[in-house]
Parts: sequence; C-alpha cells; structure tokens
Amino acid sequence: MDKIDFSMLGKIADMTEIPTVGAYNIRKNGLGVERHSTENIEIIPKTDKPGIDIRIKPGTKAEKVHIPVIITKEGVNDMVYNDFYVGEGADVEIVAGCGIHNSGCQTSEHDGIHRFFIGKNARVRYVEKHYGEGEGTGKRILNPTTQVYMEENSYCEMEMVQIKGVDSTIRETQANLAAGAKYVVLEKLMTHGSQKAESNMTINLNGKDASAQIISRSVAKDTSEQVFKPTAVGNADCKAHVQCDSIIMDEAKISSVPAITANNADAQIVHEAAIGRINNDQLLKLMTFGMDEQEAENIIIQGFLA
Amino acid sequence: MLELKNISFTVSDGKEALGIVNDVSLTVPDGEFMVITGPNGGGKSTLARLIMGIEKPTGGQILFNGTDITNLSITERAKMGIGYAFQQPPRFKGLTVRRLLSLAHGSELPEDQCCSYLTKVGLCSKDYLNREVDASLSGGEVKRIEIATLMARELSLAIYDEPEAGIDLWSFTMLVESFKTMMTGRKESVIIISHQERIMQLADEIVVIADGKIRNRGTKDEIFPKLMGEFDNACNFRGGEN
Repeated sequence: MDKIDFSMLGKIADMTEIPTVGAYNIRKNGLGVERHSTENIEIIPKTDKPGIDIRIKPGTKAEKVHIPVIITKEGVNDMVYNDFYVGEGADVEIVAGCGIHNSGCQTSEHDGIHRFFIGKNARVRYVEKHYGEGEGTGKRILNPTTQVYMEENSYCEMEMVQIKGVDSTIRETQANLAAGAKYVVLEKLMTHGSQKAESNMTINLNGKDASAQIISRSVAKDTSEQVFKPTAVGNADCKAHVQCDSIIMDEAKISSVPAITANNADAQIVHEAAIGRINNDQLLKLMTFGMDEQEAENIIIQGFLA
Repeated sequence: MLELKNISFTVSDGKEALGIVNDVSLTVPDGEFMVITGPNGGGKSTLARLIMGIEKPTGGQILFNGTDITNLSITERAKMGIGYAFQQPPRFKGLTVRRLLSLAHGSELPEDQCCSYLTKVGLCSKDYLNREVDASLSGGEVKRIEIATLMARELSLAIYDEPEAGIDLWSFTMLVESFKTMMTGRKESVIIISHQERIMQLADEIVVIADGKIRNRGTKDEIFPKLMGEFDNACNFRGGEN
C-alpha cells in the first residue's frame, strides 16, 4: 500500500490508513490484499469465483464494514461478486467504493456485483463512491450491479456517488421489498469530458406498507451523456417516490426516463424529473457575495451534489 | 459615497427604444439611510440593479467612494462592499441556510452568529440553520433569509429591493425593528426600495422615482405630504410592473 493507494482510499472510503477497528477487505488490482473479520462480521473469500461473502450476525449493532477496491494499473479487468448477509435486527454501516488510477493507455475496468440479503428489522446504511484519476489515455470503466432483497420491516439506505473521472459506467440496481421494508437511494453523479453514464433501477414493492424513496441528482458537463431509467413497481399497498434532478451544461446530453407501475389499487407512486441549466439568478446572487462566475458555478454544483 | 451621474438605461425591442431609467443623478452620502419609493414600473429596481452592476447603464457614470465603477463587474463591486438583496431571491438545491450565510460572510460563520441574523429577520434559527434553501421554503422564508445574507456581510453600501414583499405582517414588524436597530451604530449606507410607510419613517432621505426619473426627493417631513398625492397617481401605473 503506497501514497496513491491511500489517497484514493481517502476519496472513496474516507480511509487514510488501515482501520484499527471494524471489519474490512481491501482489494487492489484484482486481488484481496488486506482482510479483517470481527466477532460479529465475518468476511470469507469465495471459492468458486472472485469475491467475498460478508456475514453479519443477527443483532450486531453500530459496526462498520469497509470493502474498498482500488486499481492502480492499466489493463486490469476485474470482476467481483460480493454477497452481504445482514442478520435479523442488525444495524450496520457498509462503506464500499472503487477508485481507478490509470496512468497507462489501456483500459482498466472494475465490475462489481453486490447482493444484499437484509434480514427482518435490520438496518443498513451503504455508501459507495466511484472515482477515477490518472494522466493516461486508458479508459476508466466502472459497472456496478446492485441487488437488494429486503425482508419484513428492514431498512436500507444507499448513497451511490460517482465523484469524477469515470469514463464509462452502466449502473444496474434492483431492489425487492417485503412488507414494511423501506428503501432509500440517493444517487449522485457527475460526468465531464466525453464520459457516458447510464443508470437503470428497478424497485419492486411487494409487501404491504413497503416504501421507497429514490433521489437521483446529476451534473453533466462538456460533451458527456447520461441516461437515467428508474422504475418503481407497486405490487401491494405501498408508497414510492422517484425524483430525478439534473443540471445540464455545455454540450452535454441527459435523458431521464422514470417509469412507474401500479399492480395494486392501493399503491401510491409518484415520479418527478427535471433537467435544466444553472439558473442565472443563482449565479448573480453568489457574484454579489464577491465570487466570480466560475466560483459561483462550482459552489452551486457542489451544493447540488452534496 | 455613491454618486450617480446622468444615469440612463434604455432597452430596445428592435423597433423602438424604451427608456427605463432616464438621466438620473443622485448622491448617497456615507452612512445615509435612503428610501427609494414610487409607482411600480417606475425604474426603482432597475436603478438598484445598475448600482450592483447586474445591469450596465446605456449612459452616464457611477462613482463609488470616488472610483468610477461604471464598467466594473458585479464581483468587483461586491468586493468593494456593495451588497444587494434580491426582490425575488433564487433558491439553491443542496445549500443549507447556514452555508449560504457563511458564503455571504466570506468565511464559516459560528452557529450563534447565524442564529442572531436569522432571529433579526423573524426566523426561529434552530429550525432553519440546516434546512436547504430550496423549494421546501415558502416565498416569505426565502425572502427573510435573503435579507439575513446582507446582514451577514460587511458592507459599505447595502441595497434592499422591496424587503417587505412577500413577508407576513408579524415578520414585517420584526424587520422594521431590525432596520431600526441597524440605524444605531451603523457605518454603512443603506438604500431600501420600499412602498411601506413604516420603512420610510426611518429614512434620512426619501427619493420618489416615476417614469425613470426622480420626481421628488427630500426628508420625510418634506416628502410625506406630497407623497399622498403621488400614491394616488401611482394607481394609474399599476399593471406596468417591472
């Protein structure tokens, strides 16, 4: 582990050193390099394919798991399967994230397939940050797939952030909610240059009083392109709210295609989608504080994606 | 000291030119509390925006403390200590009230200081500090936060564009009290565009603007008797809102 490794770990997982408490698994260039389990959280490498099983005992409270991935070489194509089993009544925070530092001219890619099995009454907060850097011309590609299976009255909050520097991403998210389960997603994405991002999300609300709140905020700069397709399907007496909000700049293109389906007369599902430039009055207001136009623009974007 | 010399602002629709501000000359001495009033559509807000630099005059010159600022940007004028509270302030998704006040101040503001600004504009500070300045706030709330952003700055000249607009009666009373407090121990000059008699009562000088020109100016004792007549006439101007 060197300086670049820790600089990236800081950006994607708020880690500036190897943690002294909690469970963790650090994956670098396609191999697990550091791993630590605790009494309540066991991390076991898979034997049939790359990846790990994270087993969290029922009733585990206030523990954290860090499972960051970093790629510092060009030409790495890493595919990983991680399964999280969160026991009944547990209350944990999971910090994932992937950083690619590509100084070469060959593509580096990480595709993570994460499955979450969340037990009854369990609570999970999941943070995933994606970040790319490096002077090379090699592409930095991240394709995360997230599948969430939520049992009765469980709660799951996912913050999924693409900070910058990711040339291409296709994000697939699927969630299945049993009665009383609540799923909250906050997706934040910024693209620049000629980057492309696509996010497909399907939330199936299968049980009575299941609820979902999806907030997607994005900024597209330069000639980048973004496509959002969030879908909420109400199969019971449930509630869902989908909100997509994008700032478009320069020559960028954004397409937002929310879809809602009700297969039950008691399902209440709402979607909102908006795409627009930065409002001129917002810029003017911040300029009257003494900022120049560029500073004002940065503050508005930072706030929007905060 | 702010000096406007023969300021004009003309817009054109391609066929004919329309004068919004016509040859206005005005001096605001240091420390003065000036209220600009007059019928809607008369050019008051445009004049304020010309002083802040949001619009550039088509004729004339603006001097601030002896420096010609006519061609300076909004940013440069802000750095010289000019501030402007918008009549219809923009909202910011994701920016909290505390962050906005800190941005106005130029550095991170301690919580108690944020609270004191919010209290001055009639907002219960604890409820608002961490709220976002977005569509979840009512028009009146955004307006009061806007006024607080000016209080959070160190200014030589503060311009308030109809601070009373969209504010309920109770908060308006708080606001008048705040402006009264500002009068004592205040160093900066204040220009308030207002239709409210209670704000005019605080003024060192009242300027009446109509048809893009100064119709009258003087102390409140000089202006008030004339103003009653002006306001009757003002009804004729309604519908021409800017």
